[in-house]
This record gives sequence, C-alpha cells and structure tokens, in this order.
Amino acid sequence: MKRTIFNNQLLPWLLLAPQLAITFIFFLWPAGQAIKQSFLREDAFGINSSFVGLANFRALLDSPEYMNSLQVTAVFAVLVTALSMGLSLLLAVAVDRMIRSTRLYTTLLVWPYAVAPAVAGILWWFIFNPTIGVMPYVLNVIGYDWNHISSKTDAMILVVVASAWKQISYNFLFFVAGLQAVPASLREAAAIDGAGPVRRFFDITFPLLSPTTFFLLVVNIVYAMFDTFGVIDATTEGGPAQATNIMVYKVYFDGFVGQNIGSSAAQSVVLMLLVVTLTVIQFRWVEKKVEY
Amino acid sequence: MIENRPGLNLLAHLVLVLGVVVVALPVWVAFVASTHSATDFMSGTVPMWPGPHLVENYSKMLDSGVSTSGTPPVARMMLNSLIMALAIAVGKIAISILSAFAIVYFRFPFRGLAFWCIFITLMLPVEVRIVPTFQVVAGLGLLNSYAGLSIPLIASATATFLFRQVFLTMPDELVEAARIDGAGPMKFFRDILLPLSRTNMAALFVILFIYGWNQYLWPLLVTTDAQYYTIVAGIKRMADAVDGLPQWHLVMATAVLAMLPPVAVVIGMQKLFVKGLVETEK
Amino acid sequence: MASITLNNLGKVYPGGTRAVGDVNIDIADGEFIVLVGPSGCGKSTLLRMVAGLENITDGEVRIGERVVNQVEPADRDIAMVFQNYALYPHMSVRQNLAYGLKNRRTPKAEIDRRVNEAAEILQIGQFLDRKPRALSGGQRQRVAMGRAIVREPAAFLFDEPLSNLDAKLRVAMRLEIKELQKRLRTTSLYVTHDQLEAMTLADRLVVLNGGKVEQIGTPLEVYRRPASAFVAGFIGSPAMNLIDARAVPHLPGTAHAGTIGIRPEDLTVTPDGPILMDVLAVEELGAQRLVHGQTGGEKLTITLPSDSELADTLRLGFDRASLHLFHRETGVRID
Repeated sequence: MKRTIFNNQLLPWLLLAPQLAITFIFFLWPAGQAIKQSFLREDAFGINSSFVGLANFRALLDSPEYMNSLQVTAVFAVLVTALSMGLSLLLAVAVDRMIRSTRLYTTLLVWPYAVAPAVAGILWWFIFNPTIGVMPYVLNVIGYDWNHISSKTDAMILVVVASAWKQISYNFLFFVAGLQAVPASLREAAAIDGAGPVRRFFDITFPLLSPTTFFLLVVNIVYAMFDTFGVIDATTEGGPAQATNIMVYKVYFDGFVGQNIGSSAAQSVVLMLLVVTLTVIQFRWVEKKVEY
Repeated sequence: MIENRPGLNLLAHLVLVLGVVVVALPVWVAFVASTHSATDFMSGTVPMWPGPHLVENYSKMLDSGVSTSGTPPVARMMLNSLIMALAIAVGKIAISILSAFAIVYFRFPFRGLAFWCIFITLMLPVEVRIVPTFQVVAGLGLLNSYAGLSIPLIASATATFLFRQVFLTMPDELVEAARIDGAGPMKFFRDILLPLSRTNMAALFVILFIYGWNQYLWPLLVTTDAQYYTIVAGIKRMADAVDGLPQWHLVMATAVLAMLPPVAVVIGMQKLFVKGLVETEK
Repeated sequence: MASITLNNLGKVYPGGTRAVGDVNIDIADGEFIVLVGPSGCGKSTLLRMVAGLENITDGEVRIGERVVNQVEPADRDIAMVFQNYALYPHMSVRQNLAYGLKNRRTPKAEIDRRVNEAAEILQIGQFLDRKPRALSGGQRQRVAMGRAIVREPAAFLFDEPLSNLDAKLRVAMRLEIKELQKRLRTTSLYVTHDQLEAMTLADRLVVLNGGKVEQIGTPLEVYRRPASAFVAGFIGSPAMNLIDARAVPHLPGTAHAGTIGIRPEDLTVTPDGPILMDVLAVEELGAQRLVHGQTGGEKLTITLPSDSELADTLRLGFDRASLHLFHRETGVRID
C-alpha cells in the first residue's frame, strides 16, 4: 500500500482500460460462453441449442474415452514431472559443486527453455522415427522393436521424453537458485558432525530445498497439463488408440475436429476448475513457503 | 565446497557433460539432418555428421519453402513470428505497466474488482477456453490478421503483478518528492517510474518474446491464409504434408530456423533471461 | 518568504484513528520551528499536512495569506527534505536539482544559475554530474538540501533529515543547516525525535505528544519551565527526575503537587539534605558522573563532578526554586 497517491479518479480507469478490455473480450466473455455452452446441446446442424442441465457433464463421466483421457493426463503429468525434476536436480547438484565452470554449464543447459513445445515434439519425433530415427536403430541393437505409431507405451514414452526435455532448463535454474540459498554454514556444520556428501544431501540440503521442490512440482504439473499441446499435436496427435490423448488435446479435438461444442465446453469447465485448484494451491502454499 | 574429493568432482563433471550431451542431442541430430540431401535418408538411418548441403537447404527453405506443403517461404513465416512475438511482448509490457501504475498509485472505487479481473486471467489459459475464444475472434473478423494473432494473448496477470511488485518496492518518498517538484501522475510515470523499471522491462521482454515466438495452438487456429502462418505452427503443417514424401532435411532446416531466434535471445541475454524467469514466478 | 499559520489543525485517518488534533501554531516569516516528540506523536503527519502530502480533516493551513488546504503540494511554494533524501536514482545530481524547476518551466539560464549557486553554497559542485548512488550519505544529504534551495521557496520542510547519518556527521550537518537557514532567512519547519537536535536548531520548539501540542516556546523557555510532566521528561539529557510526591512526603511546599520534577544537575550532595538516596549504579562521563539510585521506591539520577565523593547512600539537597510541580492526573505544571 502506497502512503501517497494521486487523487485523479478518471485517469486510473483510462490506464486500466486496455488491459480490462482485452481481459473482458478475450478471457472473461469466452470463459462465460464456455460455462454457458456446457449446459447446452446443439442440434446436428448447429442452429438450435437447448438447455440440458448437467447432461454434458454426465456424458463425460459416462464416456470411457474421457475417463481414459483423465488417466492418461495423470500418468503423463506424473512422468513428465518426475523425469524432468529428477534430471534437473541431479544436474543442479553437480553444478553446485563447481566453482569456475558454473556459468559455462548453465549456458549449455538453459537454452532448451527457448525451444517451442511443438518444435521439441518434432525433434524427438524425428529421433524416434521408426524407419530412419537414431533411437530405434540403437534400441534395435539391444533387441527392442520401437514403434510409437502402433505401441501405446512407446508413444507415451515419446511424448514424455519430449516434454520433460524442454522443461529441464527451467527446473535446473530454479534448483540451482534453491541450492545456492542453502547456507554453506549448515553443510559445513554437518560435515564437522561427520556427515559425508551423500548423507549431507539427504539430511540437510534436500529438506531445505523443499520450498523450491514444492513450487516446481506445481509448476511442472501445470506445464504438463496445459503447455504440452504442441508436443502432442506435433508427434502422436493423441494416438495410438487414445494412448496420449491428454485433456487439453481432447478439448481441442472434440471442439474443432469433432465439432462437439457442448462436450468440449463441459471439458473446458472441468479444466478451468483444475487450473483454479492448482493456482490456489500454488498461491496458498508457495506464498507461505514450505519452510523450516 | 567443504572437502576436496577429486572423485566426486569428476563424477559431477561427468554428470554435467552427459546432461549437456542429452540436452543437445536432438538439436544436433536435427542440424545434421538439415545439411544432407533427401537421398541421404534412403539408406534407413540418419547420418551423425554434417553433410555438404547446408547452404543449399537453408537458402531453399528461406526463399521458396516446400510448395507442396502449402506453406509460404520460411523467411515469410519467420517475419510473421517476429511480428507476433514483438506485438505480444511489447503489448503485454505496455498494458501491464499501465494497469500496475493505476492499481498501485491511485485509490478509486472498484479498484479491488479491477485487480481481481486481471488476477483471474491467470486461471484461464488459452487452452481451456479455446473454442469460445476462437468464436469471439472470428466474430470480430480478426482471423488471418496480425491483430488476431497477438491481441487475444496480450492480457497478462503475471506481467501486471511483476510491475506491481516493482512499484511497491519503490520508496514512497520518491513520488512525494516528485509531487513537490510539480510532477503530475503521467509526468511522474514517464520521468521516474519508466526509467526506474527499465531492467525489469528488459527482463520481462526476453521472457515474453520467447512466449510469443513459441505460440503454437493459437496461430494454428486463427490462420488459414498461408500468408499469416508463423514458423512454429507452419512446421507441423510442413511435416504433415511431407509425410508421404519425407523431405526430412527440409523439415529439420525449418526446425533449426524456428529455434534460432529464441535460443539466441536466451544465450545472448542470459542474465536478463534468468532475472525475468525468476521475477515472473514471484 | 512567508509566515505559516496552523489553525485548529486536525487529522483523522479513514479508519477513525486520530493522528493530530487541535494544533495552533503561528510561524513568523524567517523563523526556524522544530516539531519534536516521540515516535507516533503525529509530528511527521503534521509536517506532511503542511506539505500537502496528507489530507487535512479539520482546521486550516495558511502559507502567507493563502489558505492552502486544497492546494497541490507543488503549488504551495514549499520545498521538502526527506529522511531518506528521495533523490531520483536515475538522474544526475544536476538533473535532480533542476527537475522541479524544469517542471515549472523556469528558463534554462535561470535553472543553471540557481543550480550552480546552490552547488556552491553546499560545496557539491564537483558532484553535479554524478548519480546519487556514487555519493556518500553526507553528500546525498547535501544534494537533498540543494534540491530545496534551488526552488527558492517560501518555506523549507525537513522530515528528520539527519536520521540516516552517523552520529559525528549528524552534529556537523546540524550546524550547517542552522548556518544555512540564518543566511537564507527562509521560514523552516523541522521534524525530529532527537531532543538535542531540536534544542540546538530551533528558534522555537513545538513539543508534541499523542497528536497534541504540549508546549511551544524557545528552547530555554521549554527547558526551564516545562509546561507538563511529559515535556519535563522529554527535553533535557539526562532526563529530569520525576518523583511521585507521596514517596517524599516530607519535602516542604509540595503538598498540592502530584509529581515533583527536578533536574539531575539541580540536586547536590549536602550532609543535611532532606532526601536519602541509595546508590545503585555510577556512570562515568569524564568531566562528570551520573549517579543512579533510589529513594522511597522512586528512581533518581544526579549529576556530580567526577572528583566528588561516593558512598552507598547520599544525602541530597536542592534549591526550592529548582523544583517543578505537576498535577497528578493531567500532568500540567502548577506553580
């Protein structure tokens, strides 16, 4: 709160006008429309629509496809988060030991942040391409027949790897910052108490890193759920047999390709509730910090 | 470091080198592929070292593109991406800094409501309200236009919060001194606030430029006219089209070109990039 | 140059808290007035009301002949020096000094003349092209003063301008401000919580407590005849001894008083003195010593020469005229 302020009454509204106009036209109004449409059903020609109450939501719950999508999203989010955070933490801990080469390694590790999810998808799709890709060739040598076009598992691995790869740099930067914030004196004290490097990490560093870890957990889940549309669309397009059809992809597919506006709107509403929950969690816990 | 353990240091270097290799692998493969000719892929596997067709492939893509895919030359798509990324970054910064100024330095009725309207955009990513947002943009006749590509994405709670935070940490006495020195609100904004927020703006610009450049779903929806394709959205169309006749070298050249500007920004402005990343998550 | 008049000035915050009430002060043209009091006494709020940074809820402020309650700070013809200096960090010293004049569309030549003149007075000429962060605390303080001087305002307002300086520099700058004000003869209103600073600077002191004026007077008047027990305890170092009259019922002439005040230097050691003090601690100051003790459950401090004799108990006497008597409930002085 500022002690001294300007007294104008009209000026602040003029300053806010552009932001509020865009927010209203492109955010609030469409969100309202989505909520409205989620209670309506359009006829086959898309001309008339009638109020159907919660029918669209009930249809979702009854739809094996949607249930599958929920499950796929959960598996996908957990795998991406675990893989990306695990690798990043390992790299961050390694960099934390460095003195002179920190900057060089950081530069070499942060740039994938700048690669678009869709481009990341294309790159990994190429590497894993069953006919000419590098990885299937290597896997074939060790006796694994890779084919993400027919194998559900392979397809999931592909999208998880591509999505986790892009997120490594982000997690890495925050872990490095978190590690630097752990007071050296604590680790020194533990060393004097006779704890070796591994013990020190698990007894001192990792617990003190928990605010960063928790924050990244939420951010990574949000990333995996909402920002990986490009990865999916550029690689598997949700297939094979719905194996990688995460929720945001399904909303798009049902709405634009399937033209099922009511169902797509109901899915949008479910997603909004999810984002709201995640945002609240992030603000509640991250603001107050998981601290000792 | 607490004790000197050469073994552990070696292990750390090993982990990092491996990490760097894994992180760089896909891009290396793409780059190598983009320097070969179509026939080099017929053998069944991708070569691991660059070939002689770099200049040929890249100039072909930049100048004319793959006509069968219906995409314009890559140079054109890069220009579109640049326009969209700049419009989004500049637009977001401009409207956010103005609204943060209004919220921090004025008291007016419904100030709280305005603040919440902005806050709520945080919870409404494009992906979850995609169909109705598309309908609104179509209704306004903004399909296939730069305005349609950028304006719906420039409302930003994150940027507004960032500037709000920056302004709140500025001492009260600064605005008091300015008032006594005869500066009205807009003069104070221009002479004091803007110059003092310069580095924050630059850091935010780096993050938002990458955000704008990397947009995928939105440009895919609002552009049907090839003249407005952006490179990130266009590359998928190109890959789809060449699926029957795999022109991998050309797709990968496009992928490299699509990565180049944002990656260059991150590496060239690493300090600002890290600052922006950390600040926007506060 | 102008006089400043505060008429029944009061301030109630939107929450209902009263910060300042019923303040009446007439400041003559060229006078140096110091507002002094403990933190939270409303002295800064009062100053900021004069500056126009704080809304006035009751009464009026006049600068010269003009009521300025509704006038913007910039149009009140005042200049202010802030505790943290509030220099614009991105502007050079020269730009800092010139900013207010530029906003008033002062001609360029005139700005240059005034900036150079102020720089000369304050000896900051060699810093004019530096940024504030390249300056020391004392130099920043001078620039903040310079920003006030170049405006050639009707009045200077100082809000604890020396609080951010170290003790030695504070004493030096105090003297400079005093000299500067005598030279420029600009009406000044100065806020501080430091009673020593207040005593040394002021033509007249305004002692504030709980948003109300306790006393207005020259430093010596206030020191010699404090109007209330609060003022008596606040002004002077070491502080005046304030004793509950019931603890020393045998003192002559104090029957009607609730609180008896006597300054430490007015107490003397005399074999037949009426007060018997148990000595608790002694502080050596070099030229003199402070002896702390108690009598009848009340704390006492006396100042003695450093070569005086010490004992576990001392008999103390005083001159009847040096006693200050205050009303038990209201704390008001009674004579």
